[in-house]
Amino acid sequence: MIRAVLAVFRRDLALAWAAGGGAAAPLGFFVGATALVPLTAGPDPQTLAVIGPPLLWLTAALAALMVLERLFQADLEDGSLDQLLLSPAPLELLVAAKGAALWVAIGGPLALVAMPMALAMQTPPHAAPLAALGLLVGLAAFIGAGLFGAALAAGVRRGGVLIAILVLPFFAPPIIFGAAAASRAAAEGLSTDAFSFLCATALFFAALGPIGAAAALRQHLS
Amino acid sequence: MFAYFANPDRFMRISAWALPIATVLAIGLLVIGLPWGLLIAPADFRQGESARIMFVHVPAAWWALGIYTFMALASFAGLVWRHALADVAARAAAPVGAAYAALCLITGSFWGAPTWGTWWEWDARLTSMLVLFLTYVGYMALWAAIEDETRAARLAAILCLAGFINIPIVKFSVDWWNSLHQPASILRAGGSAMDPSMMQPLLVMAMAYLAAFAALLMAGMRADVYRRRAAANAVRRARAA
Repeated sequence: MIRAVLAVFRRDLALAWAAGGGAAAPLGFFVGATALVPLTAGPDPQTLAVIGPPLLWLTAALAALMVLERLFQADLEDGSLDQLLLSPAPLELLVAAKGAALWVAIGGPLALVAMPMALAMQTPPHAAPLAALGLLVGLAAFIGAGLFGAALAAGVRRGGVLIAILVLPFFAPPIIFGAAAASRAAAEGLSTDAFSFLCATALFFAALGPIGAAAALRQHLS
Repeated sequence: MFAYFANPDRFMRISAWALPIATVLAIGLLVIGLPWGLLIAPADFRQGESARIMFVHVPAAWWALGIYTFMALASFAGLVWRHALADVAARAAAPVGAAYAALCLITGSFWGAPTWGTWWEWDARLTSMLVLFLTYVGYMALWAAIEDETRAARLAAILCLAGFINIPIVKFSVDWWNSLHQPASILRAGGSAMDPSMMQPLLVMAMAYLAAFAALLMAGMRADVYRRRAAANAVRRARAA
């Protein structure tokens, strides 16, 4: 069972970073969309310091949405989803492995890129690593909720917009606690209570997202 | 009991006379409740006449939550016992619930402008209600996007159950967070804080909204049953030809 989970994790990680895997696209989107912020709100450092950390969260959430459409669609088309279902390992665990692979493939690089982007948004230098760490944790929540939405819309042609409509309400709690933690970090350093709330939300979605996603995937295959 | 009502033929027989009754009841209660609340009931001591919008706003909020709860129960029944009629009920309830949620948000905004001095405030109650409205929209979008109806029903039911987590958040948002929205004044420890002269028209309006929901639900379900029968007939005729 552990071998099956590890195999799925390695496979998805390899596919994400393989040619055409698309792990770099959300990174480019994240940087590009964030770079538009000073162009809309003006380059005033004080304004940017206020709106910067929340807007990093918004662009990161949208970047996470980008990868969801292909997440199960490709597996459904080439039949590997049937193989996952036939496996003796529970589908919930295999879906969680897929989510974990996505988190490593997208979340890690995005958190790294978020550090210079946070500095560019006039986040004080001491808070930039905290902003990146918060985004890394928050992406676990986004991916947990995203697994569920992607599984619901797996059979739908051009399901990207549908996934966004389904998933965005579930993005509200991590966005609320994440942006709050980022703003507090910029103002007064590490705030453990705001950060704990963010971690709790991430654990909640990372734990329950795969269960919901597996329930939805079974409907597509039956 | 579920099995008894899950029979579509029996549902069509019962709803054939229950639908007109609910329709008449809804119109009658609205005819009584609207003038009672908007004209006769005393104006609020502090807020004056603008508080009368609550007779439209509060029942919409209650039943926006109530209808989602109903949909979650129907979805559960549809998932567990595979009753097709439960799926039909959940699907037909969604537009009504979305309309009530929208009505609640719009009337709340009209009331907030003179009373709070703002059309919209991103506080916990308003935000969670908006999330509920978006959840309704997502639910309907999922139904619309999937062609295979049994599969659409199962997936929509799973989504509905997952979205149910928002219902207690809406209800308790005014207690958990320091909210601009006033806290609960009717269902609260220590009994209702509302005077009977306002409580009575409010309850009449709540019953009117419930009757309207029942009527619209049955009308929607009947339309769906007819549509399925028409589709089945078309298939049968095509086979015969």
